[in-house]
Amino acid sequence: MVFHLIEVNLHMKYHILIAFFLLLTSLNKGFAGGGEGHGQAFDPAGTAIHHISDGNVYTILDGIGVTLPLPVIVYVPEKGWDMFSSGHFHPGHHEDGHHAYNGFVLHHGSIYRVTDPTFPAEGSVEVQGFEHELENNGGKDKDVYYVNYNGTKYRLDARSTLDGGVLGGGITSFYDFSITKNVVSMILVSLFLLWLFISAANAYKKNPNKAPKGIQNVIEPMVLFIRDEVAVPFIGKKYPVFLPFLLSVFFFILGLNLWGQIPFLGSVNVTGSLSVTMVLAVLVFIIVNVNGNKHYWGHIFWMPGVPGPIKILLAFVEVMGLFIKPLTLMLRLAGNISAGHIAILSFIGLIFIFGKSGESLGGSVVGSVVSVPLTMFMMAIEVIVAFVQAFVFTILTASFIGAATEEHHHDHEHEHGHGHA
Amino acid sequence: MINLLTFTPFQPTPGLAIWSLVIFVIFWYIMAKFALKPIAGALAKREEDIQSALDQAKIAREEMANMKAENEKLLAEAREERAKILMEAKEAKASIITEAKLKAKEEASKIMHNAMHEIDNHKKAAMIEVKNEIGNLATQIAEKVLKKELKGQAEHDGFVNNLIKDMNLN
Repeated sequence: MVFHLIEVNLHMKYHILIAFFLLLTSLNKGFAGGGEGHGQAFDPAGTAIHHISDGNVYTILDGIGVTLPLPVIVYVPEKGWDMFSSGHFHPGHHEDGHHAYNGFVLHHGSIYRVTDPTFPAEGSVEVQGFEHELENNGGKDKDVYYVNYNGTKYRLDARSTLDGGVLGGGITSFYDFSITKNVVSMILVSLFLLWLFISAANAYKKNPNKAPKGIQNVIEPMVLFIRDEVAVPFIGKKYPVFLPFLLSVFFFILGLNLWGQIPFLGSVNVTGSLSVTMVLAVLVFIIVNVNGNKHYWGHIFWMPGVPGPIKILLAFVEVMGLFIKPLTLMLRLAGNISAGHIAILSFIGLIFIFGKSGESLGGSVVGSVVSVPLTMFMMAIEVIVAFVQAFVFTILTASFIGAATEEHHHDHEHEHGHGHA
Repeated sequence: MINLLTFTPFQPTPGLAIWSLVIFVIFWYIMAKFALKPIAGALAKREEDIQSALDQAKIAREEMANMKAENEKLLAEAREERAKILMEAKEAKASIITEAKLKAKEEASKIMHNAMHEIDNHKKAAMIEVKNEIGNLATQIAEKVLKKELKGQAEHDGFVNNLIKDMNLN
């Protein structure tokens, strides 16, 4: 958008850049104040992580801060299901809720539960800010948050996560099944893609023997690329069965990658969330192994053409490989997209570091001069990364499917060519 | 203070996982059924159409080439035919002329022969007539000689010479 306007003319260029700098410096108020409570120093890491995390509210137009409430669906084992709007938290600065509702509070856009029985478990009460502490738990540091209510500090429980404590999470007193901003993004992007593709499909149906135009020209090169450069070379003649999955995965990832790169629309980090990439990787795992033929399983459990003891060793390695392959898919995508978001947020964060959280206007301007070109460069890189990562996920999926469904016709190959497997 | 311990995006949460699964599976199903299959079908059909159009063009080109070759062959044959006919005509002309010449010669020789023959015949007839005449004359001369008494040799010779003179071999 800004890139486009710059082309208007040289005179306009400076006005727009200055306006852009001022806009970024004006973010100071919204950006820096709330990190760890008002008046504290800017915490770049905390801010970056907050911005790439999922949330129970959806903030668009960062800085001005239009915060849209989302449905909260929680399950507390001893109490059962609860469902309400996150608007009950009255989200304010930095997506921190001014109110608690039914024993839940909103901090940094995520819901937490107060387990203490003295805290009101039903209805809405006003709370007075949040505190953060590092708790040393058997040699491991752990983030613990507290909410201030009526002059008392109440410990907060984060939602349950499936990492078993490895990534600072674990099973807690409640489960969050809310329609979060990642879920909303997935729904919006899916609907947009479905509209795009169904329109194109109708255009193909309506004009079966005409040259493609409009939407068809946008999607056709990509569809043909995935078909001719990914599906056909890797899977071979069985490709039509797997093509819809490959295309769905490609466009789902690509759409969400690009969605996360649109400034001021929340910069939602969907494909950088391990939960999302995990689901995609699990589906790949299922599709690959359900379609694995005799040959494929033979190569995993009883590698032909090698001596007995090595067969056992290879079987062990291959079984590990079964799980490592989708695991790498999951980590690569989430890592790349999260890293891109963090890089952009870090460059923008320079403004606040130079500007001492808004105290020094001169520092902010210097920070902007440094930060804006770097951020623009990074955003351009991220657009490439959006395509590359979608492509890499798809081509690796195709290669796993290809390896599982490949037919071997020459038995003597077994003796020679199996170093690679 | 940098603290990356709680890296929330990498904490797999059951809620987001379930929603992702539901949304992606629905997306995949609708995409496959209502968008990707028709698109893939249309693309495949278009490729087939283009391929068949190309094939047909190739066939048409080949046919054109065949027709051209055939035409040329026909043309060449016609030319050959013409040449052959011309040659035959020339041959015919020559043979007719020779034949005519031969016939003419034959006729001429035949005519000559006949003429000769007739001349011979006439000659023979004339000779016969001359012989007859001579005989007659001789007889007459002999009669006159016999009728007139010859008086000496000189008279005799003069008389014969006169007779011969008178005869004059007419």
